[in-house]
Amino acid sequence: MLKQAIENLGNRTIQGVWRIGFASRFFLAMLLHSGTAFRRFGLTIRELYFTGVLSLIIILVSGLFVGMVLGLQGYETLQRFGSESALGTLVALSLVRELGPVLAGLLFASRAGSAITAEIGLMKATEQLSAMEMMAVDPIARVVAPRFWAGVISMPLLAALFSATGIFGGYLVGVKLIGVDEGTFWSQMQSSVDFQQDIINGVIKSVVFGVAVTTIALFEGYDAPPTAEGVSGATTRTVVTSSLAVLALDFVLTAFMFRGLN
Amino acid sequence: MNKTVLDLWVGLFVITGIAALLFLALKVGSTSAIKASDSYEVVARFENIGGLKPRAPVKSAGVVVGRVADIQFDNKTYEAAVTLRLDKRYAFPKDSSAAIMTSGLLGEQYVGLEAGGDSMKLKANDRILITQDAVVLENLIGRFLYGKAQEGAPQ
Repeated sequence: MLKQAIENLGNRTIQGVWRIGFASRFFLAMLLHSGTAFRRFGLTIRELYFTGVLSLIIILVSGLFVGMVLGLQGYETLQRFGSESALGTLVALSLVRELGPVLAGLLFASRAGSAITAEIGLMKATEQLSAMEMMAVDPIARVVAPRFWAGVISMPLLAALFSATGIFGGYLVGVKLIGVDEGTFWSQMQSSVDFQQDIINGVIKSVVFGVAVTTIALFEGYDAPPTAEGVSGATTRTVVTSSLAVLALDFVLTAFMFRGLN
Repeated sequence: MNKTVLDLWVGLFVITGIAALLFLALKVGSTSAIKASDSYEVVARFENIGGLKPRAPVKSAGVVVGRVADIQFDNKTYEAAVTLRLDKRYAFPKDSSAAIMTSGLLGEQYVGLEAGGDSMKLKANDRILITQDAVVLENLIGRFLYGKAQEGAPQ
């Protein structure tokens, strides 16, 4: 009984280390074969359409609503201290620093990441990847690398769009609905949001999340057992793992970027 | 390679994304850091800086004329040496004074520069001699309570 448990634990650990090693090799191979993604940019454009353009609706709508909620809640709290003029600062800083990259990353993981995993997993299950290898086409270069770069390119753009629509939503609720002064809303925002400290750091975050989410999605798809069950399990694992990765990476990056600030 | 409808959508996506970034950069944020070439640094020494932080504004007559570049503790004089980076467009007399003030009751702290009457102007790496420390609320309350206690003490 006990022996069985210890054996299981050891087996799982070895499997985990094995997977991490395979994932690292996969990541390196993907970077090495990225040349194709840029030489045949049409492939990347196609994937940009699927990961970026098709994620637009959900990103824009949720950005708008998140900004509107921030406007309402922020006003409720700030007006207790008589500082509702800081509403613009609150909405902009929380969106640009945290909510924009993180929520866009989470939505991206569940919208685009799961699709990538399912697609590649199914390609593997129907032996399309093996067929490519038979024709001397490297599936990593032809299938994986364009998807990776499309994800890395579209993630910062989506995060920026999320922040921008969020700020617009906060403006709609704060200024148009509640009646915070428009001038103070924008000027307070401008005086406290710094281009390098806040916006560039937000963009860096979203690039890192893009790399993490697409790598996890691609690897789970590539590594999925070639069965219907295997693909569905891999899709679930993609969403869970990449959401956790986004949140954990966000903590690490925030600790790096903003700790020495004040 | 043929142009496809896909390209149009991706192009639109990239353009709106970049537009959002530009919106964030121009409308939402501002570059508070003054470039080193457009500024000069002067040092002011304070016995107590309160809650002053790097990047806090330096204001004269309420207008932002620079930023706090650096705050160091001087181990010889036990004072805080605050480096102020001032915009090159503004020159101040040599006997200007610096004070640490608070915007509003609980607001952020900033350095207030008050121009003096000297005909010589402050140059780079000069020192502002007349300074006024931050008001520490605890000291103020402590002094007030001490005074009250003495008033009420039996003779």
